[in-house]
Amino acid sequence: MSPNVFTFGRVVRLSILSLGALVFLAPYIFMISTAGKAQSDIFTSSLNLIPQHWFYAENFAKAWSRVHMPTLLFNGVMVCLMILVIQVVIAIPCAYAMAKLKFRAAKVMMVLVMLGLLVPIHATALPLYVAFDRVGALNSYMALVAPFSISVFGIFLFLQFFRAMPDDLIHAARLDGMSEIGVIARVIVPNAWPAITAFSIFSVVAHWNDLYWPLIVVSNQAYATPPLGLLYFRAAEAGDDYGALMAATLIITSPLVGAFLLAQKRFVEGITMTGLKG
Amino acid sequence: MTTLSLSNIEKSFGGNQILKGVSLDAQPGEFIALVGPSGCGKSTLLRILAGLDSADSGEIVIDGREVSRTQAADRNVAMVFQSYALYPHLTAAQNIAVPLVMRRLTRTQRIPFVAPLMPGQRQAVADIHRDVREMAASLKIDHLLDRKPGQMSGGQRQRVALARAMVRRPAVFLMDEPLSNLDANLRVHARGEIVELHRRAGVPTVYVTHDQAEALSMADRVAVMIGGSLLQLAPPQVIYDDPQHIEVAKFVGQPRINLVASHVGENGIVTLGTERCVLADRSLAGDTPVTLGVRSEFVKVSRSGEAGLPAHVERVEFLGSEIIVYSKLDAIGEIMIAKVSPAEGAGLAAGMPIRLSASAEHIFVFGADGVRLPSAPLVENTVREAAHG
Amino acid sequence: MADMAATSIGQVPAAAKARRSAAERQEARAGLMLSLPAIFLVFLFIILPVGAVILLGFTNFELGYPTFEFVGFENYVELSDDRTFLKSLWNTTVYAAIVTPISIFMALGLAMLMEAEGIGRSFFRTAYFLPVASLLVAMATVWQYLFHPTIGPINTMLAMIGIAGPNWLGSGGMVLYSLSIIGVWQSVGFNLVLFLAGLTAIPRELYSAAEVDGAKSGWDRFRLVTWPMLGPTTLFVTTISVINSVKVFETVKTLTEGGPNKASEVLLYTIYQEGFVYLRVGYASAMTVVFLAILVVLMFIQYRVQDKQVHYS
Repeated sequence: MSPNVFTFGRVVRLSILSLGALVFLAPYIFMISTAGKAQSDIFTSSLNLIPQHWFYAENFAKAWSRVHMPTLLFNGVMVCLMILVIQVVIAIPCAYAMAKLKFRAAKVMMVLVMLGLLVPIHATALPLYVAFDRVGALNSYMALVAPFSISVFGIFLFLQFFRAMPDDLIHAARLDGMSEIGVIARVIVPNAWPAITAFSIFSVVAHWNDLYWPLIVVSNQAYATPPLGLLYFRAAEAGDDYGALMAATLIITSPLVGAFLLAQKRFVEGITMTGLKG
Repeated sequence: MTTLSLSNIEKSFGGNQILKGVSLDAQPGEFIALVGPSGCGKSTLLRILAGLDSADSGEIVIDGREVSRTQAADRNVAMVFQSYALYPHLTAAQNIAVPLVMRRLTRTQRIPFVAPLMPGQRQAVADIHRDVREMAASLKIDHLLDRKPGQMSGGQRQRVALARAMVRRPAVFLMDEPLSNLDANLRVHARGEIVELHRRAGVPTVYVTHDQAEALSMADRVAVMIGGSLLQLAPPQVIYDDPQHIEVAKFVGQPRINLVASHVGENGIVTLGTERCVLADRSLAGDTPVTLGVRSEFVKVSRSGEAGLPAHVERVEFLGSEIIVYSKLDAIGEIMIAKVSPAEGAGLAAGMPIRLSASAEHIFVFGADGVRLPSAPLVENTVREAAHG
Repeated sequence: MADMAATSIGQVPAAAKARRSAAERQEARAGLMLSLPAIFLVFLFIILPVGAVILLGFTNFELGYPTFEFVGFENYVELSDDRTFLKSLWNTTVYAAIVTPISIFMALGLAMLMEAEGIGRSFFRTAYFLPVASLLVAMATVWQYLFHPTIGPINTMLAMIGIAGPNWLGSGGMVLYSLSIIGVWQSVGFNLVLFLAGLTAIPRELYSAAEVDGAKSGWDRFRLVTWPMLGPTTLFVTTISVINSVKVFETVKTLTEGGPNKASEVLLYTIYQEGFVYLRVGYASAMTVVFLAILVVLMFIQYRVQDKQVHYS
């Protein structure tokens, strides 16, 4: 079939796909459009996509002033970054040891990993909350980051990846006189970038979007992450000021959506890889 | 008895002409090997023949029926794929049964659970089971019937793929490099088996391969395809002894044929060393460039000082029953390959000066366009040589 | 005879053995050192809390009270009679029963259309995947606007063709379906990308073989090749989809707070309310144990199906 020929089947296919895409993109279209509308526009003409009164500046100003956006975004970036770095630093040596070294705890660890894959934060939140409360650590980056310092999923993913690496590579490195740490730093990590990238995307998407845990341990705006900040903003706005609300959502969604649009190939590869391995 | 005929098949992909008007006829029960380097269009031709791709133009006639617009399913052809393409979720028995199930059962008879209630379904299913078992027995794979492809060796998978292709007695058999995934020992063994199976089935078979040895050893006729054109279609012996195109001569034969650039002399006479050939077409102007080809087994190696073109040995390969001598012609720096007996090659070593010669009857002359120019040895030449000696 | 081993012949292998085991010991030590931080953290943040949740489930612990006592299965008895909890279990089941099949079959259908269609593949993939990469709390807010009963675009559009749109998030009969729409919208892209990868991995020759074998229609080829070959992907996508539906929380917390009248009360939201708002930690722990049990059962089913059905090699 030549790409320039539009058969009946192709027209049907393209129509379904386009219509579906339009429906899936509709929330974004309305978000962008409504973020620029004055209150009166919103009430009278919700289907006009081009705002009659150009209200972007006012809405963004309102969104910016009610909740301290820079703090939210900064918190989001900090928390995600800290979680990611700790997860990778903890998971890679462990996965390497499990994949390539013989030691008795490896079998126990394998069982722990398989069990751990089953347990989401929602299951451990209660005792962790009680513990953080007892040591007075609520409302801190520590509370936001610590429970995610261990990612059994990360260990599992890296384990699969390292197992596929040839043993000879590691033997050669050892013959060259490298210590186990040296092997990890100079042989394993440089060859594991696809897995690290995939895991990073997975981890950042998960923790940037997580609401449950921040909602539990943070009650102070200073430590609010983006989803939590948006909840505060909604509570503060209460009414139907959708213009400002849409402006706020636009600000808060754009970092990750922007990152996705810039690096979509990596995103999709990352999700596919983490998905199929997991 | 069915026949198969392709005429003037053309196919382009995005402005790139893959098939440049290929025509081919197969006699009833004939085994044709379609051979050529990768990318020559042979697999595309096979897929067009099967109905998996459609040609831009040309006719395909199977059993007297024009089928170029017919779906693959309705052409009554069977195909064995390079990867065998067995359904990994089905057992060997189920795999072999697929073509029968798809053809003999109606769609309602195939619905799970409901189907056994349909009239005639039980009988049809029983017949299919019987045919599958018979087929498996004849290929000696009865013991594999309950296994899935993942639990079989490469050779076993290949047999199941053959069984699936043969079970419904197709009008034409198509094979796309079915042996290329087997290891070397098994491959030679399987060649004989496929030829035997083909003889029993007695239907025209088109067998695609890039391995010229496979083509020569198995086929009744070999079709050599290069660059989207069918250059020669002839029995193996003719392809080897009498190539009609320089590309055919280059592709067939191991080690490859020796080629030397030359030009036509007076009266259509071509000279290689002291040997001379005369072209059938004497009208060719002097100085017309030609290429001379000599197969390695006809290159004679003699000691320095004897008659022949002076050369130096580059490398000697000992292969047991024969010796391959690579040497560089002193005059033009071309590497020549000679296949000699161990006795003839004894004592040869790299760097030794030697003389190379070939008798005129073994020299092929190819024109600038690659087409073979008919020629004959010049007889007076030998007479003069004898007088000299 | 054993004493004879002390001769020079016996000493060589003994020494080699000692050397080898020294190397083995060193390897084992390195392995343990490298995985020690991970083992420690798994114990601290997974094993210990899970154990604590199970224990707390048998207590009447409440945050703010200094003491607590073990009450046996009292919490579970109370749960079995707790209308809010039962309602939330039912709602979660309904939500999962709607979102899982729709998001899977929609994703499969779209993936096959995209696979068959040459052009626009990357655009469509972006469009459908965008919700996966978007902040759900934020996009839920947008959906709230779209679903608004009077000024929302959806009902405005419905009004134009003469249909009085429902109160999507405000009526007890509609709210779970409205949340399901958001759930489907949010999860199709993820499933789609996995199906696309699964489809790409199917060898082209299998389709050719199916055609030659007599599978004439697209449906025949789907039944013979596509569907069975996608088996592992489908199983994985199904498990993930069910688990994610069971974990629905963000949209409920943001948009409905379980309302109206507990019509959108879901499992995690109920646990959150009991544990972190009413601070009845013991009781919420018992609910968490039920939640964990559901996840365990789902994973167990997946493993069983995987072993039986879709393991080809």
